[in-house]
Amino acid sequence: MSNGNGAGGRRIGDVILKLESVSLHFGGVQALEDVSFDVLEGEVRAIIGPNGAGKSSMLNCINGFYHPQGGTITYKGKTRKQMRTHEAAAQGIARTFQNIALFKGMTTLDNIMTGRNLKMRRNFLWQGLYLGPARREEMQHRAFVEGIIDFLEIQAIRKTPVGKLPYGLQKRVELGRALAAEPDLLLLDEPMAGMNTEEKEDMCRFVLDVNDEFGTTIVLIEHDMGVVMDISDRVVVLDYGRRLADGTPDEVRNDKDVIDAYLGAVHD
Amino acid sequence: MNDTDKASTDHGGTETFDTFPKLLIENARRYGDKHAMREKEFGIWQSWTWNELADSVRALACGLAAMGLKREDKVAIIGDNRPRLYGAMCAVQSLGAIPVPMYQDSVAEELQYVVDHAEARFAIAENQEQVDKLLEIKDRCSKLEQIVFDESRGMRHYEQSFLQSYRGVQAKGREFDTANPGYYEAEVAKGSGKDVSIILYTSGTTGRPKGVMLTHDNVRLTAANGIERDGLRQDEEVLAYLPMAWVGDHIFSFGQCYVAGFCVSCPESRSTVMEDLREIGPTYFFAPPAIYENLLTTVMIRMEDAGAIKRKMFHYFMDIARRAGIAILDGKQVAAIDRFLYRIGGFLVYGPLKNTLGFSRIRIAYTAGEAIGPDIFDFYRSLGVNVKQLYGQTEAAVFVTMQPDGEIKPDTVGTPALGVEIKIADSGEVMYRGPGVFHCYYKNPEATAQTKTEDGWVYTGDAGFFDDDGHLKIIDRAKDVGKLNDGSMFAPKYIENKLKFFPYVKEAVAYGNGRDYVATFINMDLEAVGNWAERRNISYGSYQDLAGRKEVINLVGECVKKVNADLAGDPHLCGSQIRRFLVLHKELDADDGELTRTRKVRRSFVAERYNDLVDALYSDAETCHVETQMTFEDGRTGTLEANIELREVDSVAPVAKAS
Repeated sequence: MSNGNGAGGRRIGDVILKLESVSLHFGGVQALEDVSFDVLEGEVRAIIGPNGAGKSSMLNCINGFYHPQGGTITYKGKTRKQMRTHEAAAQGIARTFQNIALFKGMTTLDNIMTGRNLKMRRNFLWQGLYLGPARREEMQHRAFVEGIIDFLEIQAIRKTPVGKLPYGLQKRVELGRALAAEPDLLLLDEPMAGMNTEEKEDMCRFVLDVNDEFGTTIVLIEHDMGVVMDISDRVVVLDYGRRLADGTPDEVRNDKDVIDAYLGAVHD
Repeated sequence: MNDTDKASTDHGGTETFDTFPKLLIENARRYGDKHAMREKEFGIWQSWTWNELADSVRALACGLAAMGLKREDKVAIIGDNRPRLYGAMCAVQSLGAIPVPMYQDSVAEELQYVVDHAEARFAIAENQEQVDKLLEIKDRCSKLEQIVFDESRGMRHYEQSFLQSYRGVQAKGREFDTANPGYYEAEVAKGSGKDVSIILYTSGTTGRPKGVMLTHDNVRLTAANGIERDGLRQDEEVLAYLPMAWVGDHIFSFGQCYVAGFCVSCPESRSTVMEDLREIGPTYFFAPPAIYENLLTTVMIRMEDAGAIKRKMFHYFMDIARRAGIAILDGKQVAAIDRFLYRIGGFLVYGPLKNTLGFSRIRIAYTAGEAIGPDIFDFYRSLGVNVKQLYGQTEAAVFVTMQPDGEIKPDTVGTPALGVEIKIADSGEVMYRGPGVFHCYYKNPEATAQTKTEDGWVYTGDAGFFDDDGHLKIIDRAKDVGKLNDGSMFAPKYIENKLKFFPYVKEAVAYGNGRDYVATFINMDLEAVGNWAERRNISYGSYQDLAGRKEVINLVGECVKKVNADLAGDPHLCGSQIRRFLVLHKELDADDGELTRTRKVRRSFVAERYNDLVDALYSDAETCHVETQMTFEDGRTGTLEANIELREVDSVAPVAKAS
């Protein structure tokens, strides 16, 4: 895995992702309107906002699932209006989903192995024969995946079909699959939604550990304000598809527009 | 000392290998590339040969010497069962210093007491979790100087100069070793069997833990005697999964491993133990009754959910096993037809079941610590798993009595172990003397004098007697055996154990000494009762909710009635039948101090904490309101409120029984 950190602590680098005036609409519905912000290498960046603010749409634009009608997205210095999902994946963007998208009938191990798909060089015929190079390759990938299983402390469910696992663990497996792609940029869509306090604390620790140990840049969407304020370096706030605020957790917390949007305000 | 001579000649040399570091060097010479330890890491069992283990221990010992570890220094060792931590014990012993293993799940304050009391200069910790606890208490433990950690994950931002990695210390040790040739050998040679090899802190149901000092001779001789009695060989397979701070693990996974030279495997993590058990298939196994009980409960629950044919087959063959299995295991006469059916059952049911449990290859399995339910005990024995009971203490380096093969009774703990003498004091208390008897309690001469007599007899604190076949039977802690106001004998543990033998009852606490009648707190078993409730369409939101349901209280009431019927048949104890009981609204928990770390109920603490409930049991009240402080897993505290229902149970007329 890429490891940008020295022994001295986390290192925040240059801009890895820059969005400029991104606009997205579905027919008459304006999902995103003129949104700009950037993400620095090695930071934990949170996107927050009320329901329907356009947070998931934003992630979908970043990993190429949606193609915004206006604006540009610059990733690793390359500007492009449209990026296809497989291109995004090949360039080191991985994500998890709000509603878990795992193969329910497959084991934890197999699910995480699918995350290595892009890294496999042998074609399916070789893999089917499971000879020589294909076998060696499989073993290398398995070793890598075992590293992730160890990291996420899910050894006990290695061979358990994912569908049988409780929700919190499924989320962790999904994180594992995203990590298997060795991402430079990791997009997490509500990684702690629906969890109890203990599961949330575990997940927070894993997110921070991923960022810390592998130097992975993380963009996450989250509703739990306590979590967001604790773990992110900078926060961007969306409301009705527009950018409402952008800054450190403290700045955002004290921003008048944000307080209004979240708590409601009397407009005079 | 005859025993000393025997153990050394057993090992086949003219030299005496009277300490563990000496044994390690000898084992590396004798067994070389045979496996000494195994650990599952990254999904694969990684093996260490005796040569590799000896090399690793030597490097660590030299590293610790370079850091300034002196003879007689104490070294705290804390973490899950890991080969490197077992290695650390031997490395510390090589330098004549004394390892002090700690319970890995103790909270910081518990740890502080032990680290401080032991005056540990060094600590060797498994991972970040343990290092964090040590850092929290370091300021309050004046003697603690250096901390060595094994797993580096999460440790990169720790910059304290007194923190070193295990590998780093080993690297330093290899340099030191090259610079000082012969140093290691000389240090090992200085050791003798009379030296203290380890301090084990007892968890203690009352008061502060006491540090039991055992010598190399204590551990080595009892280990050797156990090996001889059970005929253990060099090719045994053992899984080390019980806390390293517990004397049993020290004997089974360290002492006997070094003396017999067999391989010990460490599980991947605490949550994978059952799976690792299946993969390793141990031949020599130890588990407290709770583990056998949990395994049986899981089997039964899964059988309830199985299809009708499977269920029928299971019950049919289990009946045959109950009828014939134990007799076959004990080598007694069995009707040919039963023997035949048992064969078929072995193929269809027992074999696959034992395989799922990881018990296929077991030759000898032990249980100890608490009484095991006769049903549970018989279940495993009828499957052909040779489970036996032993009675042991930290002060005896485990073995006091053990059941010989073929003479197994569910309610006794067997005959004296090799080299151990036993006598019953006038008060009814069991006393023993033997090669494993501890040196003394560390820094506690009063306690030593109270427990150990001048001529080496040790008070066990347990009341018991020998039955007609010379097997020891333990009834209760000597000080807990009391009397009701009408003069009937009251043995609380005996009653509690009878209750706990029901799958629906997890824990029970009985009161009665100096009272008019016996009353009990009962803790239901969430898994068993939860499953029972689900099958009856009884919905519940939480533990507390379920424990308060009328149906559940009725269910528990039935168990209490059966216990009374059972007690009525015992001439000594028929007077102490249970009159009133209640089902507790929360699970008794070690984090709240209600259980010890080895999961034994601290009766007096519970009585004090639930004072109101005890008073209510001895009144006419039908409900009682309680507020309880509880500690969550993350250390925060909260309050739990509940209205608890109290129930009355009819007593059964005593049955006159000719014994």
